[in-house]
Amino acid sequence: MTATPATPTTPPSLDPVGGTRVELRGVVKEFPGLRALDGVDLVLDPGELVVLLGPSGCGKTTALRCLAGLEEVTAGSIHIADEDVSGVPTNRRDLGMVFQQYSLFPHLTVMENVEFGLRMRKVPAEDRRRRSQESLDLVGLGEHGKRYAHQLSGGQQQRVALARALVTRPRVLLLDEPLSALDAKVRAGLRDEIRRIQTELGITTLFVTHDQEEALAVADRVAVMNEGRIEQIGTPEELYSTPVSPFVAGFVGLTNRLPGTLSRGMVSVLGATVSVLNHNVPDGEVTAFVRPEDVILGPEGESASVLTSSFLGSLRRTHVQLDLPDHPIVVVQHEVSDVRRPGEKVRLTLRDHAVVVEKR
Amino acid sequence: MRTQIAPSRTTRLVVLTVVGVIFLIPIVAMLEFSLRAGLDGGYNLGHWTAIFDPENERTYRNLFRGVTNSLILAVVTVVLMLILLVPTMVLVKLRLPRLERPLELICLLPITIPAIVLVVGLAPVYSVVARFFGANAWTLSFAYVILVLPYAYRAIQANLISVDVVTLAEAARTLGAGWGTVIARVIVPNLRRGMLAAAVISVAVVLGEYTIASLLNRINLQTAVVQVSRSDPYAAVIFALLALAFGFLLLFILGRSSRPSRRPS
Repeated sequence: MTATPATPTTPPSLDPVGGTRVELRGVVKEFPGLRALDGVDLVLDPGELVVLLGPSGCGKTTALRCLAGLEEVTAGSIHIADEDVSGVPTNRRDLGMVFQQYSLFPHLTVMENVEFGLRMRKVPAEDRRRRSQESLDLVGLGEHGKRYAHQLSGGQQQRVALARALVTRPRVLLLDEPLSALDAKVRAGLRDEIRRIQTELGITTLFVTHDQEEALAVADRVAVMNEGRIEQIGTPEELYSTPVSPFVAGFVGLTNRLPGTLSRGMVSVLGATVSVLNHNVPDGEVTAFVRPEDVILGPEGESASVLTSSFLGSLRRTHVQLDLPDHPIVVVQHEVSDVRRPGEKVRLTLRDHAVVVEKR
Repeated sequence: MRTQIAPSRTTRLVVLTVVGVIFLIPIVAMLEFSLRAGLDGGYNLGHWTAIFDPENERTYRNLFRGVTNSLILAVVTVVLMLILLVPTMVLVKLRLPRLERPLELICLLPITIPAIVLVVGLAPVYSVVARFFGANAWTLSFAYVILVLPYAYRAIQANLISVDVVTLAEAARTLGAGWGTVIARVIVPNLRRGMLAAAVISVAVVLGEYTIASLLNRINLQTAVVQVSRSDPYAAVIFALLALAFGFLLLFILGRSSRPSRRPS
């Protein structure tokens, strides 16, 4: 069975916007009794799509709202195209933004919604109508101009919101969890559509999400936030394979937390000794963060019993319980052909791949 | 199995009929009374035509003055109420949400104060008002704005809750709109239902207000009706009926115009 494409087969295009460099320098945002941003430094290169990823309350939406001018920064500065816009009101920052909540103006038609930004810029009516139609065509809703927001599905509303944000050819596109209100299938389709349009237009984009799969799928780079700070920024591959902290290792991708012993930059886990990625932990008992694909089911290592084994298409995921005092459970990803049965006795060891550790 | 939450069509019909009859009986009784030809039975339009007869102009002058004053009061009160309340509520919602509770308290306060107490407090204020604006009837609007605040606040607040004005305002701001445009082109059109409801209820309150006008010696519809009822009860009933009909007509017109626009772009 094939999924129905969410976008037209030959989508029309707007002229490329061209990217703008965006920089947050030491941005601090304080609310009464709360430091939401604690010195955020972030650079978005022209045309780049950066995702701010983190759990609820980590400050990612606050960072985006500061960039939009919807929140005043307490300290630090924000630069768009090397211009300090920290004191510039939202309506003069030349941004496009799509919100988490449905934000179409209910009293206006789809076309009038898309035209709104152009109207604010006093674009002549004919040009306004033509550009709005192009923008709607770009998101595959060219035929829906006369409808009202309540006559559209959630996915369609967010696509109109995207068309509305892009029609003014803004310098920066801000996406504040635009897919979180949508169901899984629509979310995946629109996610790919956003990425296609962003790449086509070359617009510098900041995308906020708490969904790591979404982040890894669309981003040029991902900035992982925790407690108002950026813990690590890098490509999805870098974040996954070389996390710099237990938080990043635990938040991005599946991770096993296994007991180990650290000594002089090497950690012994499951009978194997591998190097560590973070060197700020003193020698002694530690918890190692190990990816499921770095655990090997083999003839050597710690003995364990298989609990469950699931077929996931291109791979198989097996849960095993170690024969250690706390009976920790380990997730292992391995070849589909390597079938394991519940109750089967196995041995586990690690590939030679550096891991993150934290003091136990 | 589907759970039925809404009442059945029959139940709705019965409830509507009972309520309709309860409302209709006094209105029909008033109409019947106004059409009576005399004590010996028979009906005609004599009392209705007499009111509009130029010969009786002097007799009913006060009544017409009361009607005019009440209509002016209704318009001024609605305008003042909307100018005062809508920007304040929008500002509090968008920029000062911590003031929502105090604002609600202030707006609901007049409903707890009896009109007679309100007049005692307003009397010295009106001696100052009279110095600046004269003793014209329309100045009663200042007091009436206070009187309608609780009802108008509730009507607008219900609309404000149902529309995510914060997100709409932020969306408009990111699209380049200044605050004036945000309020005029985005917020107000989406508060139209609440504003119309507030206006309708304000007009109803103003048309039915007697105590304040009477105690401050101003002439409005109700004081004039009470005055004329002493000499001509038929005229009083006819004007009461006309006021009701006007209220219904207003509700009907406002109800229709408050429907969301469906015009093609």
